[in-house]
Amino acid sequence: MANNTSHTTEYKVLGRILVLLMFMTFLTISVTSFNLGAFSVTVALLIACFKAFMVLSYFMHLKYESLLLRILVGMVFVLFAVIVLITFIDYAYR
Amino acid sequence: MSETQHHPEVHRDDEAKKLGMWLFIFTELLLFGGLFLVYSIFRAEYPTSFRESSLELSVTIGAINTIALLFSSMTVAMALTAMQKGNKKLAMQLIGVTLLMAFVFLVNKYFEWGHKFEMGLYPGSELMKHLDRGHLLYFSLYFFMTGLHALHIIIGMVLLFISLFKVKSGNVHSQNYSFLENGALYWHLVDLIWIFLFPLMYLIS
Amino acid sequence: MSKATEKIEYVSYLDHQSKYKGIFAWIFATDHKRIGLLYMYAIAAFFVIGAFLGLAMRIELIAPGETIMKPQTYNGIFTVHGIIMIFMVVIPGLSAVFGNFFLPILIGAKDVAFPKLNRFSWWIFMVGSAMAVASQLLKSGPPDTGWTFYAPYSTTTGTNVIMATTAAFVLGFSSILTGLNFIVTIHQMRAPGMKFFNMPLFPWAIYATAWIQLLATPIIGITLVMLIAERLFGIGFFDPALGGDPLLYQHLFWIYSHPAVYVMILPAMGVISEIIPTFCQRKIYGYKAIALSSLAIAGVGFLVWGHHMYTSGMSENARWFFSLLTFIVAVPSAIKVFNWLATMYKGSIDMQPPFLYALEFIFLFIIGGTTGLILGSVATDVQVHDTSFVVAHFHYIIFGGMGFAFFAAIHYWLPKMYGRMYNLKRAKILSVVIFVGFNLLYFPQFIIGIQGMPRRYYDYLPQFQWAQVISTIGGFILVAGLLAMISNLIMGVRKGEIAPANPWQGSTLEWQIPSPPSLENFDEEIEIKENPYDYK
Repeated sequence: MANNTSHTTEYKVLGRILVLLMFMTFLTISVTSFNLGAFSVTVALLIACFKAFMVLSYFMHLKYESLLLRILVGMVFVLFAVIVLITFIDYAYR
Repeated sequence: MSETQHHPEVHRDDEAKKLGMWLFIFTELLLFGGLFLVYSIFRAEYPTSFRESSLELSVTIGAINTIALLFSSMTVAMALTAMQKGNKKLAMQLIGVTLLMAFVFLVNKYFEWGHKFEMGLYPGSELMKHLDRGHLLYFSLYFFMTGLHALHIIIGMVLLFISLFKVKSGNVHSQNYSFLENGALYWHLVDLIWIFLFPLMYLIS
Repeated sequence: MSKATEKIEYVSYLDHQSKYKGIFAWIFATDHKRIGLLYMYAIAAFFVIGAFLGLAMRIELIAPGETIMKPQTYNGIFTVHGIIMIFMVVIPGLSAVFGNFFLPILIGAKDVAFPKLNRFSWWIFMVGSAMAVASQLLKSGPPDTGWTFYAPYSTTTGTNVIMATTAAFVLGFSSILTGLNFIVTIHQMRAPGMKFFNMPLFPWAIYATAWIQLLATPIIGITLVMLIAERLFGIGFFDPALGGDPLLYQHLFWIYSHPAVYVMILPAMGVISEIIPTFCQRKIYGYKAIALSSLAIAGVGFLVWGHHMYTSGMSENARWFFSLLTFIVAVPSAIKVFNWLATMYKGSIDMQPPFLYALEFIFLFIIGGTTGLILGSVATDVQVHDTSFVVAHFHYIIFGGMGFAFFAAIHYWLPKMYGRMYNLKRAKILSVVIFVGFNLLYFPQFIIGIQGMPRRYYDYLPQFQWAQVISTIGGFILVAGLLAMISNLIMGVRKGEIAPANPWQGSTLEWQIPSPPSLENFDEEIEIKENPYDYK
């Protein structure tokens, strides 16, 4: 029986991640206030993905979980991305 | 039923509970995923209306809410760390801070929505019916997505409240913290969704 | 209490006394076997209702023009038939009944990972079902949209669409929780020594199914909520009159509902993969190929939804793309069929009722599958879309596939579930009657479908009458056969001979324990085999 095998993340690490996330929030607000055209949504999404990755890895301890769970989480995001892409095969060419 | 009749040493499998929570988070992600798909299609169809509509939202309020959620996400993660280290008092304080931040978020949201309602912008209102397509879809999606998100905030708060009482009564302790761990996971999910909602709703240029 | 001194007396799960009495010992049961039976009784009742609704449609169609009902009644009946059969019978069917009952036993576990959640799933299944039934009876009249709730009609019709969609939402939630429970069970509860590739094939199929339930159902959930919001607030996501996009609804609907087809058929394939080696007394051919093809079907099955929409006005590129993927998804299904046939080769075949049903399954599944390819290629689909050809195709897959697999499973496992045997000879005869009735009912629909008989119409041109008459006769034979089969099974449960623990000489774990199993399934040490189908 595997009990309490969860990783303990130090306060210091969590604090640093928060600072990083705050910085990225600031960054995304300032970047999108310039008009970068089509790039602005790409940049905003990339930053959001990075933030999500940080939350998943450190706050949700995924970095220290089994490979299986990490693969499963990745799979869910990939599945969603593929579904969006396929839907746009229809919308982009209509 | 008497599941534990034949084996007095109570079977406990925290790994199973954690995996179960993750699987539930997957379904929540895809629930919002459906909405993000709809959003992306309509945004591609009505880019200018979406940008114009988004100007109605206050980036400041959105940013404050983002910071509140990120901060609460950290404090709940810290609460778990404190629990793992056996620091009950600190854990309770940190959960308390998390709940406070969640409350701040909801109050903020209340005023944000309230402002829209005063302007006559709410689902089914007369004004909404006279908006053009892109604006109508943007505000419909805005209410739909942030509303569903707020509902998840409330569910997360309930889970954290229960965790708080469980920590207090000693049901959750340094050897058995899986309830708090799963509550925290759920709370991070709420944060995770907001990380995407914020740039997509408030920051369109 | 140490294992050595502990001597557990055998009490079957049916006789086990809990703190609840009478009917509450069932409603509040957390035992996976009792929950499986609860699902079975509910689903059997819904199935009979659905079958009679189907028969009513067949009677209406025996002659052109109005026969026994008005057009609006017909619209209501085919919708209700669809909602009941899809959401309340076929989707939960195999996984909730036999998955619950046999998944833990087949992997050597005492129960599922979350027994209370399992009980909760059944409760909300019943709540959802009650709402679905209520939607038929409430004042505004039964929904008349078809089970697909296509917009924009579903956003404007005055019937009880909101109640029906809410019911589907609640049923979906039950399905999600069941899937979640099974995935965790398979990951965490396998008996020591049982690796993934020592699992029998039914758990493999349930595993793949559970992933689909978990990941696809939320999409329909949110879609139905959007549909409800659209009706309540006139938002215009889907209604073109408000500038919305009805194709978007179809996309979202089929992103769930196509994978849902695999929720129906994958456990059926799993059942067949259990039955064939037992009655051939032969190791299954290509164990890994069958196991992994379940996952392949689940994976690719997520990406083919657009083949339901060839004629809806999708872009040209999307059409060929979905068509290509549809042909790819046929490959793993075909792999399974070849492996079953190869298992039979040189086996010592014992023609018992479960095996008979399994053979009928393969026959019907091949017809359903190959006609599926006709629908999967764009050029031919345009000809037969929305005709009774489609109706025949999906009944061959869903009823001929999942339905016959369900009959095979109940005939296979009934002696284990109740410890009694039904009348074998009668079961064999009835199996043939049902098979004949089924083909008489649905095969003519292929022919008139190609000739242009539209689906969902209560009226038709006189030239189609010959086929409709044959179909209706087949319908009567089928329903009579089904009722006789059910009564044969009930008589078996009540007064049948006491069944031995292993009546079919099966090799998987459920046959190593007494019939019916005890509360915790395994009172003694069990032997985990390298390959679960270890014959000779």
